[in-house]
Amino acid sequence: MMQGRRKMRIKKYSKLELVNLRNGVLFALPFFIGFICFTMYPVISSLYYSFCKYTIVSTPHWIGLKNYIKLFTEDELFGISLYNSLYYAIFTIPLTIAAAIISALLLNIPIKGQPIFRTIFYLPSITPVVASSILWVWILNPQYGILNAFLEKLGINGPGWLADPKWSKPALILMSLWGIGGGIIIFLAALQDVPQELYESAELDGANWWNKLWAITIPSISPAILFTLIMGMIGTLQFFAPIYVMTNGGPVNSTTMYAFYLYRNAFVYLDMGYASSMAWILFVIVLLGTILMFKSSSKWVYYRGER
Amino acid sequence: MRKSFQIKLRNIFSYIILISLSIIFIFPLYWLVSSALKPDEQLFVFPPILIPHPVKWENYIKAVNYFPFFRYLLNTLIICGMNVLGVILSCSLVAYSFSRIKWPGRDLFFFLMLSTIMLPYQVTMIPLFVIFQRIGWINTFKPLIIGSFFAPAYYTFLLRQFFLTIPFELSEAAKVDGGSELFIYRSIILPLSKPALATVGLFTFIGNWNDFLGPLIYLHDESKYTLAIGLQSFLTEHGAEWALLMAASSLTVFPIIVLFFLTQRTFIQGITLTGIKG
Repeated sequence: MMQGRRKMRIKKYSKLELVNLRNGVLFALPFFIGFICFTMYPVISSLYYSFCKYTIVSTPHWIGLKNYIKLFTEDELFGISLYNSLYYAIFTIPLTIAAAIISALLLNIPIKGQPIFRTIFYLPSITPVVASSILWVWILNPQYGILNAFLEKLGINGPGWLADPKWSKPALILMSLWGIGGGIIIFLAALQDVPQELYESAELDGANWWNKLWAITIPSISPAILFTLIMGMIGTLQFFAPIYVMTNGGPVNSTTMYAFYLYRNAFVYLDMGYASSMAWILFVIVLLGTILMFKSSSKWVYYRGER
Repeated sequence: MRKSFQIKLRNIFSYIILISLSIIFIFPLYWLVSSALKPDEQLFVFPPILIPHPVKWENYIKAVNYFPFFRYLLNTLIICGMNVLGVILSCSLVAYSFSRIKWPGRDLFFFLMLSTIMLPYQVTMIPLFVIFQRIGWINTFKPLIIGSFFAPAYYTFLLRQFFLTIPFELSEAAKVDGGSELFIYRSIILPLSKPALATVGLFTFIGNWNDFLGPLIYLHDESKYTLAIGLQSFLTEHGAEWALLMAASSLTVFPIIVLFFLTQRTFIQGITLTGIKG
């Protein structure tokens, strides 16, 4: 029966199509093998581990929903880490996107020295993360840091930054604003595709630059905004290295963010099951966030050639 | 007349903003090098000293002696190089399949591949660690390299977008002459895609140079450290010696900046490559 049906299906394809199918699958073989070994298998095991007590030395032992129940009812630090990550994401994403758009607009103005300006804006984003983290610990030093010295010049008494639980997250957000080069590139590329005729006809109608920005530029680059929003969400929720290097989660857990706490559960407390349930909760959050953004995008993202 | 005056005014205004922003962006990097070249007593003063005087080049020599910089550099280069090789080989093959061969189910699998970009590293991290530990790959570079040989999604996507822009008539003509897909891939598509391959290779290199979590999980033996975690352990050991810390940190930054300037043209091509189109 099965064989009969397969034969029927095969008959529908011509010889050329069969050759293409064979070639296509052969060329895509690295993807298929990689997908099974490095995506599908780990995703399924991680789901299984999330229902287990699994301290790497022993074998996984099924405990049902206990990990999840503990996370939501007993583990205070789980709530704190989720709050810290959401706080960081909610401020960092819009701020970095806005800063990247403004920078891209400035860097798109045809003036002398444009390549130099572009290089300068881009350099911080390729600075290795451990080096930039160490550098920012030094810049943000409450006593001898250059930032507080600068604020003092302006007559502002600088905060304790990474030493102050109230200012530690804003300090990390400030540092993230320094590395917007990747976003700038995406928006610069998007700006090249804005049809110039639109500006010309808008000028004829007497539009000023502010009108043009909101009526033409922003809608035209809205697909890039959607892309940076989604990648920003995925990136900020996995924010890890700077915390490990700069604060180790402190002071008083004010920078214990989600990915950092997850790492600790997995590789410091060696509780792989517990960490896996945290990973799956993160996965669900990212999934829901992405679906939400895509759903809402029909209201604010404009694709050229549509309608 | 009025128009040209307006443009002039706009340019002056733009220069003022661009120059001030540039100072803000470049200053931390200047501060990194400047702090690295200061004698200790000039670091802990208030207000800070902007230009080191005298310039202490010895700090760099000391920093290199404090940690096996060249060992870490070599390790990092091996990992980066192998990843670049893997990405260029595997991503170009898969991208070819997803763009130049029409096969049933292709678009479905392409979508499946794209959706894996959303998957947080943390989800696959633990089971993969368990496997690599079981087969004795901890403390080797293998776990940090192998994934690149199986077509990482983002780079495959970028290459596919580029392959789609190459005229299909070229493939058709080769096929009429009896050229196989492998021939077209090797003799037509790859040579025409050098800029795209260079960009993807460059992004891979920089990404692996920066990688922290991977080496942190897999490399425990000091002789296996990459620059990223080597620098982190430098911080835990000599946390208070800021001049040396800045010297060591800047040593991990310089190679990337040099690479950036050497490959700037590739980067600019990359700008158009990463353009996200509807």
